[in-house]
Amino acid sequence: MAQALSRLPLGSRDDVDSRHVQCVTTTLAVEGMHCGGCMRKVELALAAVPGVISARANLSARRVAAVHRATGVTGIDLIEALDRIGFKAAELAGTGAELTKAPDQALLKRVGIAGFAAANIMLLSVSVWSGAAGDMSPSVQALFHWLSALIALPVVGYAGEPFFRSAVQALRSRRLNMDVPISLGVTLATAMSLYQTARGSEQVYFDAAVTLLFFLLVGRFLDQRMRTRAADAAANLLGLQGSAATVIQRDGATVRLAASALEPGMRILTAAGERFAVDGRVVEGSSEVDASLITGETAPVPVRPGALIHAGTVNLSGPLVTEATATDQNTLLAEIGRLMTAAEQGRGRYVRLADRAARFYAPAVHILGLVTFLGWLVAGHGWEAALTAAIAVLIITCPCALALAVPAVQVAATSRLFARGVLVKAADGLERLAEIDTVVFDKTGTLTLGEPSLAAGQNISSSILARAASLAAASRHPYARAVVRAAEAAELVVQPASDVREMPGFGLERAGPDSAPERLGSAAWCGTDPGLADTTAVCYRLGRSSPVVLQFEDPLRSDAARVVASLRRAGFQTELVSGDRTTVVAAAAAGVGIDQWIAGAVPAAKIARIETLKAEGRRVMMVGDGLNDAPALAAAHASLSPSSAADISQTAADAVVQGERLAPVLETLAVARAAHRMALQNFLIAIGYNLVFVPLAMVGLVTPLLAAVAMSASSIAVTANAVRLKTMHLELAR
Amino acid sequence: MTALAWLIPCALLLGLLGLAAFLWSLRSGQFEDLEGAAWRALRDDEPNGS
Repeated sequence: MAQALSRLPLGSRDDVDSRHVQCVTTTLAVEGMHCGGCMRKVELALAAVPGVISARANLSARRVAAVHRATGVTGIDLIEALDRIGFKAAELAGTGAELTKAPDQALLKRVGIAGFAAANIMLLSVSVWSGAAGDMSPSVQALFHWLSALIALPVVGYAGEPFFRSAVQALRSRRLNMDVPISLGVTLATAMSLYQTARGSEQVYFDAAVTLLFFLLVGRFLDQRMRTRAADAAANLLGLQGSAATVIQRDGATVRLAASALEPGMRILTAAGERFAVDGRVVEGSSEVDASLITGETAPVPVRPGALIHAGTVNLSGPLVTEATATDQNTLLAEIGRLMTAAEQGRGRYVRLADRAARFYAPAVHILGLVTFLGWLVAGHGWEAALTAAIAVLIITCPCALALAVPAVQVAATSRLFARGVLVKAADGLERLAEIDTVVFDKTGTLTLGEPSLAAGQNISSSILARAASLAAASRHPYARAVVRAAEAAELVVQPASDVREMPGFGLERAGPDSAPERLGSAAWCGTDPGLADTTAVCYRLGRSSPVVLQFEDPLRSDAARVVASLRRAGFQTELVSGDRTTVVAAAAAGVGIDQWIAGAVPAAKIARIETLKAEGRRVMMVGDGLNDAPALAAAHASLSPSSAADISQTAADAVVQGERLAPVLETLAVARAAHRMALQNFLIAIGYNLVFVPLAMVGLVTPLLAAVAMSASSIAVTANAVRLKTMHLELAR
Repeated sequence: MTALAWLIPCALLLGLLGLAAFLWSLRSGQFEDLEGAAWRALRDDEPNGS
């Protein structure tokens, strides 16, 4: 007993404690947690934070739930603890339970119960089928049928509920979807089997009805799990971008608040490198702002007290105190959100492939059933035999293979893309992606990396680059970082200089020779003519020597030109629509080989361009990342966005592409098209099966055994066909 | 045929046992993190994993 107690895990002793103190659960998204070792490190690091009672990581969801005391520990402490061991983490909104519990558990329960019933009923059915050829007495057969009924009735009611519910919803809004024939088939099969059991006949289809439900539930579960996984991963990415702000209270103390808790009039401190959470006016400090997410313009904008800043832009060089003028629903961000919702409504009318098939399929099936019924009546067999034959037709046509045709393909396609870093979020996203013939790219952050780097072809001596880099190492400004990266790329040793002062809005400086400072910053500040260099350059000046201009560019993604070329070869029309200046956009278009381009486009102009293309009958895919792209992403027929994109753009996009390369765009289109082909193949398989078995059912030759075998075989054939997609070699072709 | 009187209840009972085990494992969260559980089994330190 004593030994057993001593083996009790530490956590449970704390749990006794936790009844006295109030505990809360904080859920964090953890980037880079890929294996058991990482999981362990994360859990141990969190458990070591004072006040944390227990921490449990979920490796599939890349999340960790920490139970800690309500006072004394905050999410920020936990994030910092993980930061110290090298994991980037972010707090997720919502309660711990709903974030770590997979929402598909309810469906899994139905799968389990339907599986249990299917197995047991099949056991009884096989006995009946084999016994029918041997010496099974009618009373034993009846007993087995009644037992089947006993199992099947509650299970059909419980496991079939999602289908019935969806069918009723569709019928209420006067539509037909695949769930209508499914529900009708299952219900009729069960009802008729019950009637035939009471009569002591052999036409009992409980096994077919329950097996059908089991297969369909498995398909639906896999489909939902894949989509939940992609949505969770996307939510983690969003969380990691941070959406909290440091608020300065009246007494001067600072407090960290979630973006949703901010109100107009609050004074907010935004550190260099941080993203603004609200629209506001600068009251203290001067700095530069990277507004590229809103304007598409890469060059930083200098701001001083009185200047207006927008939520979603990034503060670059110095800390800024701003007074919030608009929060939540009133920011420019929210305005863009509204544009997006309006644009999205057009897409809501899209009818999914399976439902389009159901529109033809459901009436055809029901007419066939009716024809069978009337045919048997006319042939003079009496209404009971006629009804039996008609229901056999409905059961055999109950679209098991047809209903699995699309989900099976979707699961295979989505998991293939997931493994290659593309998260497909929209349920009908793949179907829309398969229809694309025109691709519109944004420039900044999509075709380009969205971060500046030293332009090639400048004759800068390595000693000057090394000195500039040692100054730059002290700053988080994107140009300073670019200088450091360039020096490192040139294999120079960057030694961070001491006593560097950052002059917000100007640059970096330290004491230099001849009592003149050593400076890295704006051209005017370094004493050259600002007209000489535009804003995408900084100057370096050592003491009284002549200043050196460092030009920057936003480099194209390494494979951008190749991706555009492949798209054109495959017959896609490509366009570039950017908010940036004409010269920059023209250069980028030439660099990747796009002839059609538009520069200086505001969000409304981007939508207008997409609408024009739509009016020309083209199916447009928008690839973009900025806030200014979000409405266009929603307006396009389908959309992609890189994982570096603004929150709202990722929300608007059908799929999110991870990584530096652009090649997953090609893979996504290729997989979407292949998935479309596979879905059509599966429809053919399903229809072929019907062509064989429906005539048999109409003349009354289908036995329960034949129905069960045919139904399982067609479902397995369709699923096996879809699974090929996971390993198939795909290339984007015309 | 008297064998049926106890064979069928036995078969059903075994099936129900399996179902009960599945529902129990579902409720106790064993399907929430299949990847993580695979790694946890290999850990040889403290049993509760925190």
